[in-house]
Amino acid sequence: MDNTQTQKVERNLIGLSPVDYKGKPSTLCPGCGHNTIANQIQAALYELGVVPEMVAKFSGIGCSSKSPNYFLDRSFGFNGVHGRMPTLATGACFADRRIKLIGISGDGDSASIGMGHFKHVIRRNIPMLYIIENNGVYGLTKGQFSATSDLGLELRHQGKNYLPPLDLCLEALISGAKFVARAFAGDVKQMRELFKAAFIHDGIAVIDVISPCVTFNNQDNALQSYTWGREHESPIQDITFIPKAQEIIVEDFEEGTYREIKLHDGSTLLLKKIDKDYDPTSKTAALDLLTESYEKRYLTTGLFYIEKAEQSIFDIFDLGKEPLNRLPAERIRPDQAALERINAALE
Amino acid sequence: MTYPEKEELIDLPPKVNDFCMTVCTVNGSGSATSNNVLYHALFHMGIPTSGKNIFPSNIKGLPTWFVIRVSEKGYLGRVPYDDILVAMNPETFLDDLTYLPEGGVIFYADHIRLPENPRSDLIFYPMPIRRLVKEAEVPRNLREYMENMAYVGIVGQVLGINMESILYALKRHFGNKATALETNLKMVQTGYDWAAENIIKRDRYSVKQLPPMKDCILTDGNNAAALGSLFGGVEFCAWYPITPASSLVESMIEHNPKLRKDPVTGKNTCVILQVEDELAAAGCAIGAGWAGLRAMTATSGPGLSLMTENVGLAYFTETPIVIWDVQRVGPSTGLPTRTAQGDLTFVYFLGHGDINHIILMPGSVNECFEFGWKALDLAEHYQTPIFVLSDLDLGMNQWITTKFEYPDRPIDRGKILWEEDLERFSGQWGRYKDIDGDGIPYRTVMGNQNPAAAYFTRGTGHNEYGNYSEDPVNWAKMIRRIKKKLMNMCEVLPAPILHTKPNAKIGIIGWGSTDPTLIEAQDMLEQAGVPVDYLRIRALPTCKTVCDFIGAHDHTYVLELNRDGQLCSILKLEVSECAEKLSSITDIGGLPMTALWATEQVLAKEMERNG
Repeated sequence: MDNTQTQKVERNLIGLSPVDYKGKPSTLCPGCGHNTIANQIQAALYELGVVPEMVAKFSGIGCSSKSPNYFLDRSFGFNGVHGRMPTLATGACFADRRIKLIGISGDGDSASIGMGHFKHVIRRNIPMLYIIENNGVYGLTKGQFSATSDLGLELRHQGKNYLPPLDLCLEALISGAKFVARAFAGDVKQMRELFKAAFIHDGIAVIDVISPCVTFNNQDNALQSYTWGREHESPIQDITFIPKAQEIIVEDFEEGTYREIKLHDGSTLLLKKIDKDYDPTSKTAALDLLTESYEKRYLTTGLFYIEKAEQSIFDIFDLGKEPLNRLPAERIRPDQAALERINAALE
Repeated sequence: MTYPEKEELIDLPPKVNDFCMTVCTVNGSGSATSNNVLYHALFHMGIPTSGKNIFPSNIKGLPTWFVIRVSEKGYLGRVPYDDILVAMNPETFLDDLTYLPEGGVIFYADHIRLPENPRSDLIFYPMPIRRLVKEAEVPRNLREYMENMAYVGIVGQVLGINMESILYALKRHFGNKATALETNLKMVQTGYDWAAENIIKRDRYSVKQLPPMKDCILTDGNNAAALGSLFGGVEFCAWYPITPASSLVESMIEHNPKLRKDPVTGKNTCVILQVEDELAAAGCAIGAGWAGLRAMTATSGPGLSLMTENVGLAYFTETPIVIWDVQRVGPSTGLPTRTAQGDLTFVYFLGHGDINHIILMPGSVNECFEFGWKALDLAEHYQTPIFVLSDLDLGMNQWITTKFEYPDRPIDRGKILWEEDLERFSGQWGRYKDIDGDGIPYRTVMGNQNPAAAYFTRGTGHNEYGNYSEDPVNWAKMIRRIKKKLMNMCEVLPAPILHTKPNAKIGIIGWGSTDPTLIEAQDMLEQAGVPVDYLRIRALPTCKTVCDFIGAHDHTYVLELNRDGQLCSILKLEVSECAEKLSSITDIGGLPMTALWATEQVLAKEMERNG
């Protein structure tokens, strides 16, 4: 008798095992923060009990953009050209609105070449989890400055960076994002909880994940290094995501120190406040916090802002619930009488 | 005031249903409405007519010309002169006069000052436009627009355009807006009545009612392209505004709610999304095409330049999309409101590396409709970008065309595998596997719930299963298969149209909007003793018919609206055995080609060739 069959396999709510969420073996550098992110996406979706076929992955160009290959092999994926990932996702989302999209981008992809698309996909509120794997450096081209590189950063072939970094959480907020968070790849528990909440969020959810590049940008004094991150990370909340199927157990939280946020599907986000009185439903509070930590060079992590959208992009276009890409020909080609009316009007 | 009109002008033979009239105005003055009313009224009288708007890249205040050609013989190309001028713009008046032949006619607003010694071989009709506008009691804010409606009445009366036809045209334009219709009609009638009482007709030009043109409609190529796409089942269109392509998508926006509600749910079945730039327009269309929507975008040269990298992605990932290029004059911003056929070689090889594309080239408004739905079928069947090259002349000008014909075949979605289809492949399916030997692989799309359906699409090197590969043998195999797939299309693309003449030994080849001009030139050449056969190419790559045509003639001239003879260059590459039998005749400057010019060019080249 085969031993493996008798071993107890871990299963989630829908009866899948963690293996069902795996991707191809990573070809990124060992220790790369991006691998941790891929692992936590798998873990988050496993824990949520998401059907892998109900997810589609998108990416652009760069180390970050290779990583969708390393998780969710059973999901469709599209690795396009540099900076244009949000456009592929925008077009694709209308094909089958049941599918939840995950976009993986990098700081080069989103903060430089694709900044316009980053802001406009937020403006359109395309339902996707938008993760920036932010390492503050161009890795795949072997170590150039990016638009999120810290001021004064020194790189081997580049010299010193004299330009200030962009903060993608600030950019997301002022573009109208209704879910904005930052995580640190070295803090897996917080990252996973944020991924879960972001995945459930109805609309675009932007998470800037500081993901140290172990090869080109991991000097101890670099903003996006493990050392700097561990020493300067300042979480604003301790986050616990509770799926709607589970009951909320609040004994762990001292009365008055947690805040409960209901997501649209009935699941709950519990935020245990570390920073006194931080209110993630206030946009001005988020802007203040981000501006302050930017100025003080602190790596603030956590959920900065969450708000429910009035209407989805599908409501705006008055689309049906059925997947558009499955509509039969007779429902997408007007009949002959319609053409006769057109011809008559042009006579 | 008296005019130095020569008396013998009155003896010139009459010209009925055969003249060219240009209305000279400034843009933003509402003249487009007036000109379209004149033009539609002529169409309503059954007279073959073409209307071309020669306009500036500007909102208000610069000169604009609307050219109406009336031709009982049905010649609809541009002519290089005017018989009749309607002068409303003092700025261009003197220059406009130079285009008139002897016996030419000028209707001019009488607040324009005449030159001191006006030509004595012309007939001048002053029009008291401002007085008539006052008399018609037009509200002050509408006076400028109504000035243009006044000339419609005057010119219409003198040329013999039926009031009934003018009324028809006005109704067509204003639809249900009763007040607007009434105000405009009153102005036209005031002008008409004034002319009847005050103008003594001394010129040779007039129109005569003909039997209605059977099965003909009047519209522009962009509207036709929009309708063709909607009847082709387009489900997604992303775009960014650009002249002269904007009106294509705007027509889609106009017709979409009426045509594309799901008959079952009443919900929309076509998403039209204006995005941040043309990179996004292409990217969104590719994302949609990849996910199983019939997807398109429409743009012009500068936009296409921005789309280039994404087009390469679509080509190599074998993603179906349709791209309409309504050409304008380049390079750079160029002449945004003038016409050209200058994007052909650019589009044919658009993208870096080993790439080539399929191009459809509509030559009439009707073909814009037909290629609108066909392009979507071809894109999905062959899983590749399909380009449709229209131009400003075809896209934005009004043309008489045959009625749109309902697609003669069902929608072709190509080789898409859904959940149950995949079972047949019992695990052997690969996204880029050439199972049928025709170079076209099978594809699955997002949303397919079969655990074997998903694959990872990438613009990087990939093997038959879509997995990353840098293997040299695999790369060569992939790139050659894609080429084979496209070359298999040559004989299924729209075939060339052949017009023959008895005893023709030489040929002419053209494409796109020059068709009416070349039809007329063919007749002119025959009258000049040089009969030619005319072949209009409607798609690239080249098919066998084109090779045979070139082979069968002593010599063939390729006429087109670009500097270097782009189609001619492509034909020399693709029909290389006949390269020495091809010569190029090209016209640049931003205006449509004229038959007179084309004829002179061919005759001159023929004399040269024959020593």
